[in-house]
Amino acid sequence: MAKPTRTSSNAIAMHAVLGGYTIIALFPIYMVLANSFKNRAEIFRNPMVPPTPDSFTTIGFSTVWQRSAFETFFGNSLIVTLVSLFLVLLTGAMAAWALSEYKFRGNILLSVYLALGIMIPIRLGTVSILRLVVDLNLIDTLTALVLVYTAQGLPLAIFILSEFMRQIPKELKEAARVDGVTEYWIFFRIVLPLTRPAIATVAVFTMIPIWNDLWFPLILTSSESTKTITLGVQTFIGQYVTDWNAVLASLTLAIVPIVALYLIFSRQLIRGLTSGAVK
Amino acid sequence: MSQPVRRRRKRFPFHIVVFLAPATLVYTVFMVYPLADSLRLSLFAPGEAGREIFVGIANYLTLLTDPLWSDRFWGALKNNFVFFVIHMLVQNPIGLLLAALLSSRVLPGRNTYRTLIFTPTMLSVVIIGFVWQLILSPLWGVAEDLMGLVWLDGLFAPWLGLEGSALITLALISVWQFVGIPMMLIYAALLSIPDDLIDAATVDGANHYQVFWRIKLPLIWPTIGIVSILTFVGNFNAFDLIYAVKGALAGPNFSTDIMGTLFYRTFFGFQLQLGNPTMGATVATLMFLIILLGVMIYFFIVQRRLQRYEL
Repeated sequence: MAKPTRTSSNAIAMHAVLGGYTIIALFPIYMVLANSFKNRAEIFRNPMVPPTPDSFTTIGFSTVWQRSAFETFFGNSLIVTLVSLFLVLLTGAMAAWALSEYKFRGNILLSVYLALGIMIPIRLGTVSILRLVVDLNLIDTLTALVLVYTAQGLPLAIFILSEFMRQIPKELKEAARVDGVTEYWIFFRIVLPLTRPAIATVAVFTMIPIWNDLWFPLILTSSESTKTITLGVQTFIGQYVTDWNAVLASLTLAIVPIVALYLIFSRQLIRGLTSGAVK
Repeated sequence: MSQPVRRRRKRFPFHIVVFLAPATLVYTVFMVYPLADSLRLSLFAPGEAGREIFVGIANYLTLLTDPLWSDRFWGALKNNFVFFVIHMLVQNPIGLLLAALLSSRVLPGRNTYRTLIFTPTMLSVVIIGFVWQLILSPLWGVAEDLMGLVWLDGLFAPWLGLEGSALITLALISVWQFVGIPMMLIYAALLSIPDDLIDAATVDGANHYQVFWRIKLPLIWPTIGIVSILTFVGNFNAFDLIYAVKGALAGPNFSTDIMGTLFYRTFFGFQLQLGNPTMGATVATLMFLIILLGVMIYFFIVQRRLQRYEL
């Protein structure tokens, strides 16, 4: 008789801890989103209250729209992230395939060489990256960011993908080879489709740090037309620090797309995170 | 004699080169070369007519002993350790607690909790920094109001602005954001523990706490080890949060200065301080050595002592 009550009081305690922490995790985000749609007086008078018809305003958003090139920043982030992601996934998968499939001299050495970058942050090479980018005449271009982020993403991508590719059954590849197709055909038509779950995992790991990065845009770009969203918001808030409507609106604009994407893809994303960790 | 050599060359198939070349090239040019070149540059100093002259370890001696530089360096190193210790003491235990609760097999709604708690981890550190700056702002008074709900508003202070509390506050903001990572990694490790093992212990009369402390925890020590080394590398490479909230000067009075902000100021310059690439490379090399030391301690000492159980 005592057992069910103990279990249910345990469950209540667990819900209390998890629910309480969920509130801690979401409260600051709620405060920014809710207040970005309120007029200045209400932001200060009743910060916790959601916008009402009386307090509703979008003045912050129109300030952001007029005073900054938000859509450019957003587009730049999108281009840089997607192009880097594509390059990491394609070239990373190609290298991972070669390392996991073919026996050649120096295979292990090359695997170790390419894995070194997993633990060593690329930022530590920034002094020379800046010189290199200047020498290549790529300063203040999105290309420079793409190249750096591709290099940054490759080590982990190659490591995870080659672990995964080792598990592809031999029969599939051998059957194709008997049919006389090229190695490229095997890679693009057999291996890549089979690797899709691992590629999704790698995509998540690669994409988030690139989208959120402040360091390289800060150092490698300078003009309004090449700013990414993170740097754009950072400089915008620096200029409009006293305009609370504009600050809250710019933060909302930076938060909403990511949270929306996250909630849509959270199932796949968390599956990727947890499956990558089990290894 | 030349026959076997030519055969070996011929045997190295062209397609392997095609598969490997793009990734190896980009990685070598934009990651390995800059890292190696930074190590080299740390041994040079700006000379006349833009040429750099070899100075041996003079930069290191300046950084570690010249009072103009060394105060900043040792200060940043100390702050960085404080930053790391707070993560280890707060972030990882909370992550462990949340993961333990989430991995309970009977709790309805646990997937929703998991998804929601992980949300801040997805956002940019810069955005998180500004969000908390607003929440903690005495102008807005949100934090003070909240503390008022539990009659603690008398304890409120502008923590981010005070020399004694700014670093701890920033570290806790970072903990708040990244608690999702240890939570997820430990959660995944807990899920991979076979049910039979837990059932067997329960049949033998172990309660929840005994199952956790005696069975689950020993099995997830390796994961906690990985979480710790990831935290270490991440913390000693941190920059964005401090820069967003406190700027490159990491005020008040450098009390929030960590290796990342020191590196940025030294290399890039800030306000009156001129940028010095070779000195910046020296700071970067020291960061590299610190991270390398941490990783080696982990691989050669911690990981060897951790017992791994085949499941």
